[in-house]
Amino acid sequence: MNKRLVLWVLAGVLALAAAIWLLQGLPDGQARAFVLKLRTERLVGLLLVGISTGMATILFQTVAANRVLTPQIMGFDALYMLMQTLLVAAFGIAGFAGLPAGVKFTGEVAVMVLLAAALFGTLLGQGVRDIPRTILTGVILGILFRSLNTFVGRVLDPNEFAVVQQASFASFSKIDAALLPAAGALTLIGAAAAMLMASRLDVLGLGRDPAVSLGLHHRRVVLAALAIVALLVSVSTALIGPVTFFGLIVAGLTHGLTHSACHRVLLPASAMIAAITLILGQTVFERVLGQAAFLSVVIEFAGGLFFLLLLIKGRIR
Amino acid sequence: MIRISGLSHRIGKSAILHDISADLPKGKLTALIGPNGAGKSTLLRLIGRLEPLQSGSVTLDGADLSRTPTDQLALRMAVLGQQTAIASRLRLRELVGFGRWPHHKGRPRPRDLEVVNQALAAFSLDDLADRFIDEISGGQAQRAYLAMTVAQETDWLLLDEPLNNLDMAHARSLMARLGELVRVGGKSVVTVIHEVNYAAAWADHVVAMKQGRIVAQGSPYEVLTSETLSMLYDTPVGVGSHRGRPLVLHHV
Repeated sequence: MNKRLVLWVLAGVLALAAAIWLLQGLPDGQARAFVLKLRTERLVGLLLVGISTGMATILFQTVAANRVLTPQIMGFDALYMLMQTLLVAAFGIAGFAGLPAGVKFTGEVAVMVLLAAALFGTLLGQGVRDIPRTILTGVILGILFRSLNTFVGRVLDPNEFAVVQQASFASFSKIDAALLPAAGALTLIGAAAAMLMASRLDVLGLGRDPAVSLGLHHRRVVLAALAIVALLVSVSTALIGPVTFFGLIVAGLTHGLTHSACHRVLLPASAMIAAITLILGQTVFERVLGQAAFLSVVIEFAGGLFFLLLLIKGRIR
Repeated sequence: MIRISGLSHRIGKSAILHDISADLPKGKLTALIGPNGAGKSTLLRLIGRLEPLQSGSVTLDGADLSRTPTDQLALRMAVLGQQTAIASRLRLRELVGFGRWPHHKGRPRPRDLEVVNQALAAFSLDDLADRFIDEISGGQAQRAYLAMTVAQETDWLLLDEPLNNLDMAHARSLMARLGELVRVGGKSVVTVIHEVNYAAAWADHVVAMKQGRIVAQGSPYEVLTSETLSMLYDTPVGVGSHRGRPLVLHHV
């Protein structure tokens, strides 16, 4: 009962945050409809990023049986940055800016999901339960992508490199409205699939031996969960760029608030906490601080501090 | 009956089990004994499908292990491996509740809650039911895992060293409970036991393993003799008798 209450409270706070975002300081007259439309699009974008980041982190932590890891450690953000760099190197600044957004987005998601499928499929294919090895391989691939990225960056023209840098900071303001239908569909598919698996994820959280004893198709569930993680992370990275610590804050807050190991509670709670953080953060940023920096920079900074705090207080096991 | 035929297993280059064939009787308490590294746990894990079979076959009451869906096997046998810490932060009641998962698949009914309460009571965990499992002692956690396994209500129970971490009172009461499950509940129990006296006092059937082979099997009187045990453990072992059961004097 208690846990259901947490979900309702979160839903209420989310609705309130969304209302503030939409209605605060709305101008009169003709501008009203235009501003409202703009804000709604951004709201949808932030919601999608929230849902995908929150759920992906919870799913990944359950599979990895570890509360300090986020899916980003698997090198998704590095791959994303490498793709941006390669695109700029191949097409030049004008070509990069002129790329059709829809095609670029679809391509990015496709490449990241394919890489994830190849990685998880081969590593977990026969070696039934080698999840630490899979994660380690992901980390090493991430380093590889990062070094390749640095290398290509070195040989790039300085002006082009500035464009790459711009693209590799996560920005919650640059969400392209044209991408929202596709991103929305993918996010909802991923979120629905995760919710359908909720009970099996609870069993997965017990560890492999107890899960197999209870009749769980362990390998199948792990692969499905990682596939959903890949999809969700790809969507969020392609929408706003790489964020590393955000998922960690969200997962930490979710566990702290719900005190539950039940995924039917954890998954929606994480999605809502992520969305609330993003919407409130973006509101403060745009309306109070006047766009002084990237929201992502502040979130990463706060996230890093929070991470240290968790480590020092020994809350992470 | 669990029928094991032609079972071999290797991990990397080292052979753990060599061509094992045995029948484990239904409706009995079977104890697997043997020195460290004899392959007892591996055999139990193979029977419990915690490891994939490499060669040979295992049938459980006629059902081939490799062809029966794993969720159906979970309704017929419960396996308790040696414990490792689990990542989820669970209360004891929730952990024991997972034993019912094969029956309700995430939607507990009143009957499931009833069974969980019975299991908690049976292992005297009532008072601890709302504690987190990382806040209780190793022995209490072991009892919680046992309660979860029993709550699964399967015909077969496969236990890997269930006496680990238990003090003598709880160890004896566990063996008594397993004996009761067999004699009154009609269950079959297969358990790896380190301390042979527990096998001597409670088991109906004893399987002795050494270096990946079965070297003796039969009733406690047949297997737990001075000669067999001395050979099994490569050390002189005397065997006496207490209340009509063998008493192994390995500590003097």
